[in-house]
Amino acid sequence: MNLVTIGFFLGIVGLTLIVTYIAAKRTSSASDFYTAGGGLKGWQNGFAIAGDYLSAAAFLGVSGAIALTGFDGFFFSVGYVVANLVLLYIIAEPMRNLGRYTLADMLTARFNEKRIRGVAATGTIIIVILYMIAQLVGAGALIKLLFGIDYWMAVLIVGVMMTTYVLFGGMTATSWVQIIKAALLLFGTTLLAFLVFSKFDFSLMKMFDTISAEHGDQFLVPGMKYTSSIDSVSMMMALVLGTSGLPHILMRFFTVKDAKTARASISWTTWITAIFFSLTIFLGFGAMNFVGIDAIKLENAAGNTAAPLLAEFLGGNILLSFICAVAFATILAVVSGLVLTGASAISHDIYGEILNDGKLTEKQQVMAARIGSISIAIVSIILALFAQSLNVSFLVSFAFCIGASANLPVILYTIYWKKFNSNGAVAAIVTGLVSCLVLGAMGPNVWNPVEGAAIFVGEPLVKLSVPAIITIPLGFIAGYLGTVLTQHKVESKKSKEIYQEIRVKANTGVSVSDVSH
Amino acid sequence: MANVGTLNKPVEKEAKPAVNNVKIKDINYSKINQMESFNGFVKKKNTFLFGVTAAFLTLYILLPILAFTPVLQQKWIGNITGVWVYSAALFIMTVVLCMLYTKMAPKFDKMAAEVLAEYERDGGR
Repeated sequence: MNLVTIGFFLGIVGLTLIVTYIAAKRTSSASDFYTAGGGLKGWQNGFAIAGDYLSAAAFLGVSGAIALTGFDGFFFSVGYVVANLVLLYIIAEPMRNLGRYTLADMLTARFNEKRIRGVAATGTIIIVILYMIAQLVGAGALIKLLFGIDYWMAVLIVGVMMTTYVLFGGMTATSWVQIIKAALLLFGTTLLAFLVFSKFDFSLMKMFDTISAEHGDQFLVPGMKYTSSIDSVSMMMALVLGTSGLPHILMRFFTVKDAKTARASISWTTWITAIFFSLTIFLGFGAMNFVGIDAIKLENAAGNTAAPLLAEFLGGNILLSFICAVAFATILAVVSGLVLTGASAISHDIYGEILNDGKLTEKQQVMAARIGSISIAIVSIILALFAQSLNVSFLVSFAFCIGASANLPVILYTIYWKKFNSNGAVAAIVTGLVSCLVLGAMGPNVWNPVEGAAIFVGEPLVKLSVPAIITIPLGFIAGYLGTVLTQHKVESKKSKEIYQEIRVKANTGVSVSDVSH
Repeated sequence: MANVGTLNKPVEKEAKPAVNNVKIKDINYSKINQMESFNGFVKKKNTFLFGVTAAFLTLYILLPILAFTPVLQQKWIGNITGVWVYSAALFIMTVVLCMLYTKMAPKFDKMAAEVLAEYERDGGR
């Protein structure tokens, strides 16, 4: 660590704390805490959603994966970008029109039953914890590498920072941390990509010629990581459909005032992510060519430091320090969003609505939200400290898989299917969730015959690294069967009326604010 | 930092007016749901939304399928193989469809507003 590094690092910490201080003054009600009072503008929320998307896994992971495996790493980029369209076309606007703070709010607008809220909140908490462990373990390792401090210390620093933002500044602070981080990341990536491109004389042909001649044609086609179509199809399905089922992404649509702004938000996000992920080619190929595959692997076997190493090559210590600071901001922003989402499920859904029948005062709600934030942060930090030596980055893909298999079917059915009933909703969520966890636990990320390659030593029972190709259809089928098999038992006149209301509200946005019962 | 000062104006706590400033109290949802204009609008909108979604998902999932066949593994332009060109096309598709949606959505807003105006004109409930 040197003065420049410390300067950038403190700059990020200082800036985000100022934002938190300003936000804290504006955070007094539950709606301020969970949704920033619904007052974000389209571009602000667009940058903030991009901030959620572009996690350390996307920035450091994807550029590293392209540097080490060529096109196989780029599959992720394509998946993340096209996923925007699913959100834009069929999720964002109805979500905004029907929900209040959480995914469970949106589902219970149609099925006002505690068990629906219970399973939806459980799904949210599981996704948040899986995602968070992966982020925190990655963060600890990365900060250790970048700044040379101990793993436990690094996890604690990130843990304390994220809790501070959420605790005092709620969704307003979290959103602005995301916005600042997304802008910095976009700037840093553009700078790196520009410098790489200039070394290839601004010629794509020359870049591909160099990779082909110096490193080999195998980097220009898939096959280094994914050897079969089916494994990559399954992973791509999880990416494109899972994004629309991730609770921390969905929650962002409640921070704007209406469907029009929700639409504008995701439109911004689409542009930002399309530009960012196009640039990952330059980062990946640049690192492969100028840093070298051996040098990248020497620092980190998974290639997570490829981008910082590239920055060092291109711009010396100053650029390295800047990119490290951006990576640090990235981690902080993503984990803060996760803490807030976890808190919304624990404090609003479970404590407020299920245990107290939604009868908490405004003050009690905010207090509950703060206690929920601290609880989820402490649990995650402890789990991350224990998971230090495990390779847990695959947990992110599990989160996408659960989003696609448990949440997406139930969201789509709730909005678009007249006959759907609450038994079908419970069946879809439980089946999607359990099948992802069980098939995932039997897969090659957990079991590997080579010692140290996965968590346990042994032959995996399921060959797919992401079981989405099986679990997504299972989630949809369970929702369908759960509904049609129990059709006669459900009071049909009342549920018909509620669906009529849902259909009118989802399509016209009429009276957004009185939706939740 | 200049923007931080403007974030979140004090937010009104009361119910906000619905889209297009149509204010309706005690809405009779089943009546709107039965209106011909409403059903026509929803049908048009859903045909567009799900039609486009089915199309882009198909084009998208063809990438990991075709990526392992000789078609996309061949070099198309210089040393640039088909997989990169196809991926670039998917990026362009995403941005174009995003613009298409932004262009179509105000038309649907207008149709929704017309439905609500008709409902109002007929005396609400």
